[in-house]
Amino acid sequence: MSQADTRLSPRFLLSELRLIAVRRRNQAGLAALAAVPVILAAAMKLTVPDAGRGPGQGPDFFSQITGNGYFVALAALGVELTLFLPIAVAMLAGDAVAGEANQGTLRYLLTVPVARTRLLAIKYAGILMGAFLAPLVVATSGLLAGFLLFGAGDVTTLSGTRIGLATALLRLLVICLYLGVCLAALGAVGLFLSTLTEQPMGATIALTMLTVASFVLGQIPQLDWLHPYLLTQHWRDFGELLREPVAWEALIPGLTSAGAYILVFLSAAWARFSGRDVTS
Amino acid sequence: MTDLAVASHGLTKRFGSQVAVNAVDLAVPRGAVYGFLGPNGSGKTTTIRMLLGLIAPTAGSHHLLGETMPDRAGHVLPRVGALVEGPGFHPYLSGRDNLRRLDAADRTATARTAEARIGDALDRVGLTAAAGKRYRTFSLGMKQRLAIAAALLKPRELLVLDEPTNGLDPQGTREVRTLVGALAAEGATVLLSTHLLAEVEQVCTHVGVMHRGTLVAQEPLADLRSDAAPRARVLTDQPAEAAQVLRTLGLTELAETASEASGQLGAVAPEKVVSDLVHAGVAVRGFTVEAPSLEDVFVHLTGRGFDVSG
Repeated sequence: MSQADTRLSPRFLLSELRLIAVRRRNQAGLAALAAVPVILAAAMKLTVPDAGRGPGQGPDFFSQITGNGYFVALAALGVELTLFLPIAVAMLAGDAVAGEANQGTLRYLLTVPVARTRLLAIKYAGILMGAFLAPLVVATSGLLAGFLLFGAGDVTTLSGTRIGLATALLRLLVICLYLGVCLAALGAVGLFLSTLTEQPMGATIALTMLTVASFVLGQIPQLDWLHPYLLTQHWRDFGELLREPVAWEALIPGLTSAGAYILVFLSAAWARFSGRDVTS
Repeated sequence: MTDLAVASHGLTKRFGSQVAVNAVDLAVPRGAVYGFLGPNGSGKTTTIRMLLGLIAPTAGSHHLLGETMPDRAGHVLPRVGALVEGPGFHPYLSGRDNLRRLDAADRTATARTAEARIGDALDRVGLTAAAGKRYRTFSLGMKQRLAIAAALLKPRELLVLDEPTNGLDPQGTREVRTLVGALAAEGATVLLSTHLLAEVEQVCTHVGVMHRGTLVAQEPLADLRSDAAPRARVLTDQPAEAAQVLRTLGLTELAETASEASGQLGAVAPEKVVSDLVHAGVAVRGFTVEAPSLEDVFVHLTGRGFDVSG
């Protein structure tokens, strides 16, 4: 064969990313994610909040918003982490394999041919793009809205000390990356669910329910033996990055848990998909 | 190397207790236009899915273009263009963008020539003008044309076309027929699954007939037709008398309508039939000997389930 064996050609990956990016629904979803911090900031500007929510559930950034726009980004990430960000990832994961099966495009990709392992890798890459992009969009929109309405300045850490805005922005970037890893783990579970069905919405709803269930179970003290294994258990640990000095070791459980979820569920997705009869 | 473009041995697929495809031995010679016939639900599409590696056979094996499937799928499938069970594209992408995506997914395709090849494929199916529209706005016929274009993105040695004329208008059907002929003339082997017998009669060189999961016939088209017994048809005002003459002569499978009588000739010479009719005083308005149409052969092969259960 004189045909070039372009093993590392990025064409298919770029095509996949483009497919996700041009879809109106995904654009609308991203806009919705970006709108939440704006609404939040506007609401805070219009009403002076009380002392904030009760203690216990992670750091509370609401009370600091009116002093520094920076905290709009953090508060928005905290709010969207429980439902909006997981739904965004669940949408992409649902489309990944079940969506292609539903439209009948899966059989045509496989007869091109695209090897099944390669297809899963490309699909997961698309989910990863969403998982890392979504928190960045929320944070960026939060910063813009916050700075505009409340101004910018040095940031008071959870330890009580103050750090410069530049350092604080860098930490926000790391927070977004950490949440990206958490959502990547969710995406791996979603990719597996997506190989089980030909109904993308089914996979999306299942993954969303799983996230909510995980959060709920995480709230029940009687189930504390279960908590370390829950997908969402360490997501709120991102607040540790606002301590001075940074409590890096506090992020290890979250990263380990995410790594384990990714490994297990990508393997499961591969095991399921590589031998599956494609009858759609 | 073998001279078969598609060869299967005992290819079988069971879904639970139901046998969808039962020990099918396909033999499609290189360069043939192979009409893959069968009623709905006879296992044609399941067979095609197995051939392309979309579903795993329960038993049996097969080769495409001399290569073992599914082990060598990565090598052989780039040389195979396929249309399986209707078109499947992204509704929110344009026709052209859908083809771009399929081409991008193909490791063996050269990016540099992609636009030219996509343009040629669209041109061949007459879709150039509409290619910029979103797929969701396409009519069924346009969708079908786009699916054929996808199979033609590269020069192919084998084309597997499952019901390619489904949803096409008569003009489109004719174009596809011409296209299949042109592809065969260029040296491609075509496996054409259809239930439009007119298509088969006009373009196919070989025929395979599926019935209830089993391949009940597989021969060159000419052989299949010559196997079938010719019938004598008498146009007359006295069909009952005519039928009596035919019966006396030993014709079988007699049939009568208000204006004609007919029967299978068997070894009886047509001249003898005419002279006997005249001798018997039957007013003959017309007499023809017809080789059975492919439709008759097809119904004979696939309709016998009714005979058995009746």
